[in-house]
Amino acid sequence: MLQTFVRKAGQASAVVEFRPDMDSVLDYALDICLKKDSRDVLVSEDSSQSSPAGEKIIAAPGLEDKFVHRLKEMCVSNAVRLVTSGLNHYPGGIDLGLTHADWGIAETGTLVVNTDGEDKRLAGMISEFHVNILPESRIEANSFDLEDQLGKRFASAPDYTSFITGPSRTADIERELTLGVHGPLQLHILILRGA
Amino acid sequence: MHTAKNRREYRKGIKKALKNGFQRQALNRFAESYRESRQEAFSGYDLSALIREIAESRDASIAAMDELYKEFKKNAENAGARVHFAGNAREANETILKIARENDCSRVVKSKSMTAEETMLNPFLEEHGLQVTETDLGEWIIQLRREGPTHMVMPAIHLSREQVGELFSRVTGEPVKSNIPELVRVARKELRQRFIRADMGISGANFALADSGTIGVVSNEGNARLVTTLPRVHVVLLGLDKLVFGLHDALRNLKGLTRNATAQAITSYVTWITGAGPCAASPDGRKEMHIVFLDNGRSLLARHPVFSSALRCMRCGACANVCPVYKMIGGREFGHIYIGAIGLILTYFFHGREKGRNLIHNCLNCQACREVCIAGIDLPRLIKEVQALIRDRERPAVLDAAASGLLTNRKLMHGLLRAACHAQYPISGGGPFLRHLPEFFLRDHGFKALPALAKKPFRDRWPEIKSEIPAPKYKVALFTGCLQDFVYPEQLEAALRVLYRSRVRVDFPAAQGCCGLPAYMLGNKHAAKEAALYNISSFNPANYDFILTLCASCASHLKNNYPLLIGDIPGREPKVRQFCDRVLDFSSFVREHAGFKKDWEEGREKKFAYHAPCHLCRGLGVYSAPKEILKAAGLTYVPCPGEDSCCGFGGSYSVKFPEISGEIAINKLEEVRKSGASILATDCPGCIMQLRGTAEKQGYDLQVRHTAEILADCE
Repeated sequence: MLQTFVRKAGQASAVVEFRPDMDSVLDYALDICLKKDSRDVLVSEDSSQSSPAGEKIIAAPGLEDKFVHRLKEMCVSNAVRLVTSGLNHYPGGIDLGLTHADWGIAETGTLVVNTDGEDKRLAGMISEFHVNILPESRIEANSFDLEDQLGKRFASAPDYTSFITGPSRTADIERELTLGVHGPLQLHILILRGA
Repeated sequence: MHTAKNRREYRKGIKKALKNGFQRQALNRFAESYRESRQEAFSGYDLSALIREIAESRDASIAAMDELYKEFKKNAENAGARVHFAGNAREANETILKIARENDCSRVVKSKSMTAEETMLNPFLEEHGLQVTETDLGEWIIQLRREGPTHMVMPAIHLSREQVGELFSRVTGEPVKSNIPELVRVARKELRQRFIRADMGISGANFALADSGTIGVVSNEGNARLVTTLPRVHVVLLGLDKLVFGLHDALRNLKGLTRNATAQAITSYVTWITGAGPCAASPDGRKEMHIVFLDNGRSLLARHPVFSSALRCMRCGACANVCPVYKMIGGREFGHIYIGAIGLILTYFFHGREKGRNLIHNCLNCQACREVCIAGIDLPRLIKEVQALIRDRERPAVLDAAASGLLTNRKLMHGLLRAACHAQYPISGGGPFLRHLPEFFLRDHGFKALPALAKKPFRDRWPEIKSEIPAPKYKVALFTGCLQDFVYPEQLEAALRVLYRSRVRVDFPAAQGCCGLPAYMLGNKHAAKEAALYNISSFNPANYDFILTLCASCASHLKNNYPLLIGDIPGREPKVRQFCDRVLDFSSFVREHAGFKKDWEEGREKKFAYHAPCHLCRGLGVYSAPKEILKAAGLTYVPCPGEDSCCGFGGSYSVKFPEISGEIAINKLEEVRKSGASILATDCPGCIMQLRGTAEKQGYDLQVRHTAEILADCE
């Protein structure tokens, strides 16, 4: 099942990596953020929250406090800005969004993410790179296996649940596949071992 | 969006579309790659079981539409959304305008919704002073060009990167390079600003889950997520047909939908929204959410015993992807709003007779759409049923009326055909083709040589050529069909030689007439019924093991359509079933029962390609019998791309739309030429007339022959 998940997510152009613990997840996220090109600033008159040219932004809403502290220290020493709320003030773009998945679906390589909170939703929408943490034990074979859990969630409305499979894509011009149209250009799935 | 007022205007548009080289090439490439990638996407799946399940689930939801609506409304409103019902397009548009006014909205971002196209929501809102931006890349492109979609999933498939580059340069006021990643980047940037400024988001939905009041939205770009998140007001516009019982139906149907639409196991995003959630842009921190259900005839359709199945459609677009006509002319001429085979049907119901009447004829009845439909809709049948509805309400065209009248009057028709045989000599010169037809008579029909009528029809030769077979292995009756009877009797005689060698007793019930398919194709159901009743009364099926035909079209019409046409007449049902059960095509009979001689002479030309007649492969499920027999007889089979795509004949279709018919035939022959085969074998005299005639006229060095003729040569 794990193998199927990795293969299917790969087929959908996601990068899949295994990580032993959260520390190495944070290392990974910061590392690819530092290595990536500066983000494309999509909104020129980016208002109050504009950051100095070249300053990179990581958004990590919903991260546990102790990891926020650790990530914050790492960001500061690398001149990266860390944002954990109010993501709607960054419509011009964020370099990297770090979020947690609730489940994975092996059949299609899909992440199931509870995105009730607008910040968590935006972290996976307006970031150029989306890094998602998926605990190994939360992978199910088929979407049908999640019917009960999802049903419960829908019943405690309001609810906004996202199935995410690979980065944003389009083939609207000459059917040529292009990644990253409105959403992330890249999706990295970090499978957390033993979790 | 086709807007022609009459068939002449419509054909003008078609001729223009046929000259659009870019579109032709794009659609051609797409058709090929779609076929392969779809197969791949469903590998490991029991596809027919999935289709059956989806069809059943859709039918159950459609039958429960009213209750599902009530349940959905209750649950969604409990979760903080407002649910509205719109009886027609106008009401839907006015409801949405009212929501905009009440919430003081003026800038709208939209994600894709075919339902909004159906109600022509954008022009309506713009007329009332709102600014509306489509945010799906393809939709945005066509919005900027003020066009309608030409495909339900890929709305801008008719445009090249250069055309989009020019468009974007104009819109941004800066030069934009025509490479695709750059074009996509420009769209990302331009549209992001619109997202930020918008105060209202309008989306469609693929599913509405009654038991929780949840909507499911399927997308790849992620624009639907921004549309439903950033602006403070979210309006969903969807048809009542999107209602399902609950999550299980949605998850299962989703498995079929995305694989059939774009050959994806799932799209990048599937978003499930239940009720009005938090929203930072809203003054009270909560989203204002409205869900507008459009009826527009759906609840009436849902009650119809036959047409309700049209509501099973989930808008995957596959019926266009496999349609040989769509491939030639594209979506502008092949739909009003809804494109493809389902578009031919829905246009009539959603947009009226005026918009539907020209479109409805543009079907070859090749069955490719029926085979690919993930919801198991018998699209070709519905197209014929709509055609019959239109025909019943209007005076049929003179040609249609004359033709279907003649087709059912056997005596008159057979007499005329015999007389015509003698009258044709000056133009046929006694050869197999009509060579000297005046140009003005042919015009657009000039792509193929028309065959001469046989000197003596099969029915008149029968008494001389019939043989008594003592102690036969099988007893069969021949259903000849008109084309072989009067034009190609030699195909039937070849079959007789093969059958007699295998000790099969053959009977020819001479009272038989036209199978009725031509009348059915013209939408004349009444005449088709009459022909069916007449033919059933001309045979005594109990006397035969099989009723054989060498014409795939007759065979599939007898077997599949007779039960639909006359199966429900009280008292007739047993005999209709007895008759239909015995109908079998020649090649299957030879392969499975009679056997054949296996000595194709050494040194003779033996490379053959095969053309699978639509009504044999998709109509009767016979894909390989003719090929297998010929291979076993010692010939060499050469595969050819598009072997089982239509030859473009379609009976009266080739008379109504000769320009499309001819292009399809030429495409097919080009593929055969590339394969290097010198024989093209097939199992239908209609296909032979089309392909042999086109090969003759266009100068292809190719023998187009019936399988029976080739087999008979194994002497």
